[in-house]
Amino acid sequence: MQIDTMPLVAPMNDVVRIRFDDVGVDFPTANGPMRVVDGVSLDVRQGEFVSIIGPSGCGKTTLMNMVGGFVKPSRGVVLLDNSPITGPGPDRGVIFQEYGVFPWLTVRGNIEFGLGLRANAAHAVRRDEIVDRYLALMGLADFAAHYPKHLSGGMRQRLALARAYAVQPEFLLMDEPFGALDAQTRTAMQDLLLQVLSTEGKTVLLITHSVDEAIYLSSRIVVVTARPARVRTVIDVPFAYPRRESIHEDRRFAELRAQLRALVMQEYEAQARQAAPAIAR
Amino acid sequence: MVDSTIVTLQPQSHHPLARAALIAAPWLALVSIWYAIRASGLVNPSLVPAPHAVLAKFFELARDRLPLDVWMSTRRVFVGVFLGVLVAVPVGFAIGWYRSVRGFLDPLINFFRALPPIALIPLVIVYFGIGEAAKTAILFYASFFSGVIVMVEGIGQISPIYVRVARTLGASDAEIFAKVIVPLAVPHILTAVRVALGVAWATLVASELIAAQQGLGALIQNASSFFQLDIIYVGIVCIGLIALAMDLLLRAATRRLVAWQDRIA
Repeated sequence: MQIDTMPLVAPMNDVVRIRFDDVGVDFPTANGPMRVVDGVSLDVRQGEFVSIIGPSGCGKTTLMNMVGGFVKPSRGVVLLDNSPITGPGPDRGVIFQEYGVFPWLTVRGNIEFGLGLRANAAHAVRRDEIVDRYLALMGLADFAAHYPKHLSGGMRQRLALARAYAVQPEFLLMDEPFGALDAQTRTAMQDLLLQVLSTEGKTVLLITHSVDEAIYLSSRIVVVTARPARVRTVIDVPFAYPRRESIHEDRRFAELRAQLRALVMQEYEAQARQAAPAIAR
Repeated sequence: MVDSTIVTLQPQSHHPLARAALIAAPWLALVSIWYAIRASGLVNPSLVPAPHAVLAKFFELARDRLPLDVWMSTRRVFVGVFLGVLVAVPVGFAIGWYRSVRGFLDPLINFFRALPPIALIPLVIVYFGIGEAAKTAILFYASFFSGVIVMVEGIGQISPIYVRVARTLGASDAEIFAKVIVPLAVPHILTAVRVALGVAWATLVASELIAAQQGLGALIQNASSFFQLDIIYVGIVCIGLIALAMDLLLRAATRRLVAWQDRIA
């Protein structure tokens, strides 16, 4: 496929920022170690938007958790700028599925939380400016003094995003961030994400179940197999940034969607065969 | 289809007279039942002083020893609860947070928690004598063991997601403790204080069995040896009212400090 990508503001280039080098992960279980990730090798370059799709429970989240610094690989190594990842940090912003907005702080308090930490002292001088910026960008300015208990799901997600952005991370790791939202809100959030990324380029890793979402947002899509997770296919998305809603109607979008759906369905079937080998034929 | 207005389960009214009536209602009901019990003859009326007789006795004692009794008891409870919660919070935190500490301390705590303070009085007298220290020790004991359970459960149910998020934002362990754990622990500390207060008031009479001259417990003890039921009632009602007042104050403070919580009540 012809790739015609325009550079983002912080341009995509060939510098490899994250590298999975033959990575394997085993989790201890009552029945012995369970292999969750097996032999994954993948490069993520500066400015890329990489989506990871695959069946539920296949190990996608584990891949992200390794980049996030919550899980160490059992085999192989995950490198960030050529050094192994040892733990979480403000350079890699994480958006969790459950949002995790701090209930004891107001909206403003949540967003400025990171800027009050010693690790982010460099940004702290511009604290009010940064917080006001993201309040406006996320449409939360009217709720700045409210507690999260008054916010809807979509608003909490925007708050989680604003909070992560405030510490100016280079990377964004998003684990099905829009999964719990209704279709309208989800589309709005996708557009908002693209809008912010167009002004503050970041390198993004997104886990999603939605093939459409992956195509719309990403520059590259990684299809992962049923457990243990291996890389099945890597597909480049041929649309330029900034993306327009109209690409949903593009012929290439439909072709890509069909191709990806077929791949993912095959992995779901493989997963079902794993679970009930006697039943599946 | 769920309506967007929130339906509360408590009766609500905005008219001040109606509000006052709602607040007074349970107490009026209680007093009515009290009179009814006397009138019904279920219990020998000479064994149940009339509410107005108790009230009269209250005013009589209020001119005499009651203020000192109230002060002594309130102070004892206050000190006992303060010290008990002061120790319960860090101990409860350690047990709730560190699995090794929990394994070690949990069985000990549950063992001692079950022991009734009254049964320990002889020991307390042996070790602490019969002064204020002894009474404070009993109240400390009661407060500590009721408070520590609340803290352990409260800390244990802090969701790990908040710690994870803080780490991704760059927080150190010390910052996680101060900026995430402490705010989340505050509601549980307040609950521990409320529970400890209730248990302490209930234990007050037991603690004042230790040769107390003043105090509401002493008042009740004294009156019971002379079968002065009306004075016993005065003592009990005073304890109940003061405990209630402290609880209401604490609840108001809680509402302020924990306004962020998403609660059904």
